[in-house]
Amino acid sequence: MKNPLDSIPGTIVSGLILTIVLYFFLKNFILAGV
Amino acid sequence: MELLPALARWIHFLAGITWVGLLYYFNLVQMPALKDAAADGTAAGITKHVAPRALFWFRWSALVTWLAGAALLGAGFTAAFTLQPEMAPIGIGAWLGTIMLLNVWGLIWPNQKKILGIKPATDEEKNKARRIAFLASRTNMMLSIPMLFFMAGGLSHRALFGF
Repeated sequence: MKNPLDSIPGTIVSGLILTIVLYFFLKNFILAGV
Repeated sequence: MELLPALARWIHFLAGITWVGLLYYFNLVQMPALKDAAADGTAAGITKHVAPRALFWFRWSALVTWLAGAALLGAGFTAAFTLQPEMAPIGIGAWLGTIMLLNVWGLIWPNQKKILGIKPATDEEKNKARRIAFLASRTNMMLSIPMLFFMAGGLSHRALFGF
């Protein structure tokens, strides 16, 4: 499998996916009881 | 005393723009330009005169950004890094920024010294250093996307996070 970081679009898409993952991690685990 | 946070925020933004601006310059401009320049034998202009200057401002602005950010967090520093709910969004940004700083000083700069000939290295070591520096730089570009989302949210993100 090709490393997504080898291309600019792959890097940007990876960054966007990571943003979504961290957003839901924060909302559902860290801020769940707030 | 409101002066220190105001100064820290200002310096954090100035240094952060310098750092991330140069990060995007490396990834979007210099790397593809070096590929073309190597093909027509003009890469030395970039590696000798441009890259060392860009790397100087890059690594030091990274450190100043982090220090000013730590000063800005002030008493909330521990709460941010331990992801206490009220500081959790900025805490995620602070963790991402910290990983990026460690990438700059621990991976990108030591390997760039070999690539640019500042530190002696064999051709094999230089090739290995090129790949490590490239991936560390691309990792930082990727991390900058969520880092800016969580750092630059401010009041507009309250609605997103539900508090």
